[in-house]
Amino acid sequence: MKKISILAAGFLALAATASAETPVLTVYTYDSFVSEWGPGPAVEKAFEKECGCDLQFVGAGDGAALLARLRLEGVHTKADIALGLDTNLTAAAAESGLFAPLPAPRPTLDLPVAWNDPLFQPYDWGYFAFVYDRTKIPTPPTSFRELADSDLKIVIQDPRSSTPGLGLLLWVKKAHGEAAREIWEGLADNIVTVTKGWSEAYGMFLEGEADMVLSYTTSPAYHLIAENDDTKAAAQFTEGHYMQIEVAGKIAGTDQPELADRFLAFMASDRFQEIIPTTNWMYPARLPVSGLPRGFESLIRPDTALLYPPEEAAQIRHKALSEWQAALSR
Amino acid sequence: MASRAQPIGLVRWLGGGAAALVLMLALGTLGAVFLHAEGPGGLGPADWAALRFTLLQATLSAALSVGLAVPLARALARWRFPGRRLLIILMGAPFILPVIVAVLGLLAVFGRGGVLNDVLGRAGFEPVSIYGLPGVLLAHVFFNLPLATRLLLQGWQAIPAERFRLAATLGFSTRDVFRWLEWPMLRAILPGAFMVIFLICLTSFAVVLALGGGPRATTIELAIYQAFRFDFDLSKAAQLATLQFAIGAAVAAVALNFATETAFGPGLDRPVLRFDAARVWLRAVDGAMILAAAIFLLAPLSAVVIAGLGQITTLPAPVWHAAARSVAVALASTAITIALALPLALLVASPGQRRGWHSRVMQPIGYLSLAASPLVIGTGLFIILFPITDPVALALPVTAVVNAVMSLPFALRILTPAIADAEADFGRLANSLGLAGLARLRLLTLPRIRAPLGFAAGLAAALSMGDLGVVALFAPLDGATLPLQLYRLMAAYRMESAAGAALLLLMLSFALFWLFDKGGRFRAHA
Repeated sequence: MKKISILAAGFLALAATASAETPVLTVYTYDSFVSEWGPGPAVEKAFEKECGCDLQFVGAGDGAALLARLRLEGVHTKADIALGLDTNLTAAAAESGLFAPLPAPRPTLDLPVAWNDPLFQPYDWGYFAFVYDRTKIPTPPTSFRELADSDLKIVIQDPRSSTPGLGLLLWVKKAHGEAAREIWEGLADNIVTVTKGWSEAYGMFLEGEADMVLSYTTSPAYHLIAENDDTKAAAQFTEGHYMQIEVAGKIAGTDQPELADRFLAFMASDRFQEIIPTTNWMYPARLPVSGLPRGFESLIRPDTALLYPPEEAAQIRHKALSEWQAALSR
Repeated sequence: MASRAQPIGLVRWLGGGAAALVLMLALGTLGAVFLHAEGPGGLGPADWAALRFTLLQATLSAALSVGLAVPLARALARWRFPGRRLLIILMGAPFILPVIVAVLGLLAVFGRGGVLNDVLGRAGFEPVSIYGLPGVLLAHVFFNLPLATRLLLQGWQAIPAERFRLAATLGFSTRDVFRWLEWPMLRAILPGAFMVIFLICLTSFAVVLALGGGPRATTIELAIYQAFRFDFDLSKAAQLATLQFAIGAAVAAVALNFATETAFGPGLDRPVLRFDAARVWLRAVDGAMILAAAIFLLAPLSAVVIAGLGQITTLPAPVWHAAARSVAVALASTAITIALALPLALLVASPGQRRGWHSRVMQPIGYLSLAASPLVIGTGLFIILFPITDPVALALPVTAVVNAVMSLPFALRILTPAIADAEADFGRLANSLGLAGLARLRLLTLPRIRAPLGFAAGLAAALSMGDLGVVALFAPLDGATLPLQLYRLMAAYRMESAAGAALLLLMLSFALFWLFDKGGRFRAHA
């Protein structure tokens, strides 16, 4: 009995000193970031090597679920950093008042658009695109209208439950404005189905349920680099491609403000940015010295980057959603 | 003081506790969301459209599943053949598969690029598309036909062999047997089976969306999802969840009132011999029914097995760790399910209570969790737990408890009739012997309900194994369960490894189900 209590006291003391000496930085992010196959494990290792701290990731569904969780927790949140919001969510995130301004020198970024948001710092970005199998479609459509006029079948995601789904909704709206509803009506007979999330849609595409799937221009890089399969490609649209910029922000009530600033700086460093392309399969927000991994040069490069500013995205999505629903419910 | 039929004091406490836990998880979490709500709330035309579609698909899905289960269960009940038990167990697999796996399996057979269209194409026919309401119904029948069949089969097995012998002596035709033995049994079982499947389909959403072909196929659960993540309007999410409860409650009230009771009396537990069904053409009809159902249910399953076969040996270590975690959660969850279900079922089915307040109040509570929105349960739990403790640290225990409460309706559906029959058949004998309390439970009730108890435990274990559950909402970093790991593999483009993980999940669910189900039948006829 005594032995056990001595042992327990020892452990307690050990735990106490450990927590006293090693500050903990808590980063809330989406689930696929922290998975064994995402960037999380490598990022944790690299940052802990230089920070003398314990970096703890907490996963929460996807970006929208992450924001919902922060709003539920409010000012009592244990998060020091929230990583994984995109520009469709940052307006609501800023409005929540939970985020602190970014620390002073801002890193230079390699984004196709200008970036000067005071609260959120990008760590990666990508273009939405329809991915197809080039052995089955020799000449893919080059615009939404061409796609709508073709017999090609597509799988898309529901904007109400999925981030890429919302991206497509805003893509059509940004590219076609008042004609968006007409575009959706044209696409209605091409859409095999609408799925809850990206995984279902992509899985259905790989199973041969559809000719094309809404994904990213970087998706073919996975097949090329990880599977040595060069049959997948993204179709380039003349309207331009809608962007997703993924960002992180510092929680205003953090008890580790310096450490949080260090993490944000680390996020723009080569060590972080080199991990991104082959784990998150997106473009790094700042090009590392080593450049992009081999295989990325084969990806399409859209001529026009489309993106709503956060406030406009927040305002327009309800209108865009009702157009989408009306056009596809007929 | 009259002799107590059951250890009523203890059972009341345990049953009351179980009911309180269900109420907390189903309604308490809803209350928490309501209290925490900000946002305007209010339901619009799109929500009423979702309500209409939900009612339509759930009613049709339940009616089709139960309707097809009647001939299938009858065929399986009156025809014994080698491999019958294995077939019955195998056919139950769709019910325990994670949605995403089942959908991909179904599409491998019935999809645009599936086997069926391949065959049709070669034969020169136009391809068929299942997307839309047909796809939704196909999937829901695929999921729920096995459950309906098992529930009905249990009803058939509750008719003592002696009744069929008597029927044969009286020269009953198949039609007479149906009228005097099978129909009264179906009248007792069908409403409950319909209700359970209706409630399952009521909250279905990922399947409905994937096979429904577009936003026409919007259910209330999807509207809740939208309110939560697209609008962050918790008032509206809570209102929609309340609406979903109201529908569930209305259907449950009708179904439970509609159900009659059977009075077959006790038997000697001899194997059933069906003299009336021994004719060749009946055999042919039964055989065709069983064959068709087996192909319908097993073909998509085979697709899942074939896709995963080459991958299962090369699965990465985290998948195996997740598998071990899932088995532990499933075992804990099974123990909790039985600990909740047994006292509740005893309370509901105890003599003098079958139409009493216990039955009227406790029985519906037991089914509450089926009409609950998983998203609202998870969110509500989070709101409740967050001020007290770290919900993420509790993710696995919470998952075990929530999974147990989610399996409770099935366990109750299975156990309650069995206990009621045991009481009806042997209760008076036990009373006259002064058998009460735990002795009665040990000597009368448990031996009589061994097989259903094993089935209930097996189902609870398999359901917990395959359910993504609330763990996805709390997502502990190094505490992923197997279904969550499967989703993570898919999200990282690793569809092939995910297929291997799906096969592993299927095998483990099966092994657990088989162990419990077999355990319930072990030396049952000794």
